[in-house]
Amino acid sequence: MVGEARPRTLAEKVWNAHVVRSADGEPDLLYIDLHLVHEVTSPQAFDGLRLSGRTVRRPELTIATEDHNTPTDNLLTISDPVSRTQIETLRRNCDEFGVRRHSLGDSQQGVVHVMGPQLGLTQPGMTIVCGDSHTSTHGAFGALAFGIGTSEVEHVLATQTLPQPPLKTMAVNVVGDLAPGVTAKDLVLALITQVGTGGGRGHVVEYRGPAIERMSMEGRMTVSNMSIEWGAKAGMIAPDETTFAYVEGREYAPKGEAWDRAKAYWTSLRTDEGAKFDTEVTLDITHLTPFVTWGTNPGQGAPLGASVPDPADFAEDADRVAAQKALEYMALTPGTPLRDVAVDVVFLGSCTNGRLEDLRAAADVLRGRKVAESVRMLVVPGSASVRAAAEEEGLNEVFTAAGAEWRFAGCSMCLGMNPDTLKPGERSASTSNRNFEGRQGRGGRTHLVSPQVAAATAVVGRLAAPADLN
Amino acid sequence: MEKFTVHTGTAVPLRRSNVDTDQIIPAVYLKRVTRTGFEDGLFNAWRSDPAFVLNNPAYAGASVLVAGPDFGTGSSREHAVWALQNYGFKAVVAPRFGDIFRGNALKAGLLPIELDLKVVEELWAAIEADPQLSVTVDLQDRQLRAAGREWAFPIDDFSRWRLLEGLDDIGLTLRHEESITAFEQGRPEWTPVVH
Repeated sequence: MVGEARPRTLAEKVWNAHVVRSADGEPDLLYIDLHLVHEVTSPQAFDGLRLSGRTVRRPELTIATEDHNTPTDNLLTISDPVSRTQIETLRRNCDEFGVRRHSLGDSQQGVVHVMGPQLGLTQPGMTIVCGDSHTSTHGAFGALAFGIGTSEVEHVLATQTLPQPPLKTMAVNVVGDLAPGVTAKDLVLALITQVGTGGGRGHVVEYRGPAIERMSMEGRMTVSNMSIEWGAKAGMIAPDETTFAYVEGREYAPKGEAWDRAKAYWTSLRTDEGAKFDTEVTLDITHLTPFVTWGTNPGQGAPLGASVPDPADFAEDADRVAAQKALEYMALTPGTPLRDVAVDVVFLGSCTNGRLEDLRAAADVLRGRKVAESVRMLVVPGSASVRAAAEEEGLNEVFTAAGAEWRFAGCSMCLGMNPDTLKPGERSASTSNRNFEGRQGRGGRTHLVSPQVAAATAVVGRLAAPADLN
Repeated sequence: MEKFTVHTGTAVPLRRSNVDTDQIIPAVYLKRVTRTGFEDGLFNAWRSDPAFVLNNPAYAGASVLVAGPDFGTGSSREHAVWALQNYGFKAVVAPRFGDIFRGNALKAGLLPIELDLKVVEELWAAIEADPQLSVTVDLQDRQLRAAGREWAFPIDDFSRWRLLEGLDDIGLTLRHEESITAFEQGRPEWTPVVH
């Protein structure tokens, strides 16, 4: 990976700029610019530091928030004592080791992958890690960002570095443009169905093409966020004027001359002409329409206009068996039009689709309409600051007038850990990222959708797109 | 970390693909702040089904799990590795692993063994024919041996050495603290510092 003359990919450039040490037969030791911490995957790491008498090497490159295991109906009371202990443990650990935290009630508290970008902590060319697989979100800024386990959290706390096996690179070349009403979420769901949940394994992916370049930062974050759902280590997008405009002026963004120098460097973070990727994939979105999942992994998806597939139609044994098991779990019959599938709950939120733009898109659909009586709709802003911004625009009034619940920020129903869960047998349309068995609560059934489809589904009571409302 | 050289035990066949980490341990079990006691959450939803393979007394005490492709996809929760270890597993065999799960397993000392689906299918059949079949996982020789046959599995030299020696990753990295400090001198001035 060394050698000045060879054209290089974006991922290689960021990687090379962070190699602390490289030796034959050993993983490269990478410096980590930003370490995001939350309550669920950090307690055992802080314990490990204490046991070995170590400290946090760079507390000022570390920041914590509370999101996974928090209630969204209030900011004060965590009724489950085990959950409360976990939150209190994070607070104690941060205070003991000198790590800044944004706790419940703080204006910057929220889903860890919403917090980083909104503070301007997420910048192009950085290395960013977090004990959470959706750290890939930050790749939307041209950062190399990936999820790690708790042993690695401890490693980063202690050393501000991580040993990493050599990377393989992949290009996803997106061909065509998104039709009106079709979103970044539809794009990435279609991609995962095309390549499968293991399609990106071992690769740092770069999303490329005019549709990506025209996409907002929020849309890019949705795409990068779901990189892990097809097995990619990280998902990057080259920084451009859209990126710079998003970062500029935020709390931690460089200011004055530092901004100019940063921007000049960031502008160089593009894959060179002639650079070779280890793998290339083409995604044609010319005829893409709203896309939803029918199964129990994010690669089991279909256009909303299609029907529940027949497992017998899958060529591979493993896919056939997986489809069969998925349909049993989801209680779906092959041949049923997806538009006939009735849902009990609609969840709008998460690190995938819980940003202001997502709330606006859903509010546009719901304005002047009512959530169907058979449906409970939760709207959970990605962060306290998204919540405040939405209230400033009156979006909360649109949601509550429609009959949806306007909640406080957190991971909420994305993961079935905090009080927001599906009951056994309940079916949801969810803007989150995983439709695994029981992900949103034991026995719950999840259909992954875009914010627009979520809102239209809430109105109709069955899976629907905004166009169905006219 | 405990050293891993050679392990011999019985195995359990898990005939499923895409076993994500939410299946291995649901999020509701992640509220604890310890590294132990997660065995009750392991495959919790499936274990309520009496027909689930781990409920079959013939496989009691098995220490090698043999699963289908894309084992350990999804969430980065290392609790999935701990739950498998707390339950008594020393190694997991699958045709393909989620990257983060594989990394977590190597860090925590649960050996992830990648073998072709064809081999996994042969193993499933052999274990089902004889649940007491002895399976040997030999990290020294990078081999899995069972039923008089042997299969080589891939593992990079560095990970193998760490596991064989039972080395602590942080300790290894801190041997290079001078390089880390030197690197820190050259970081761009605009990189954010939390205040």
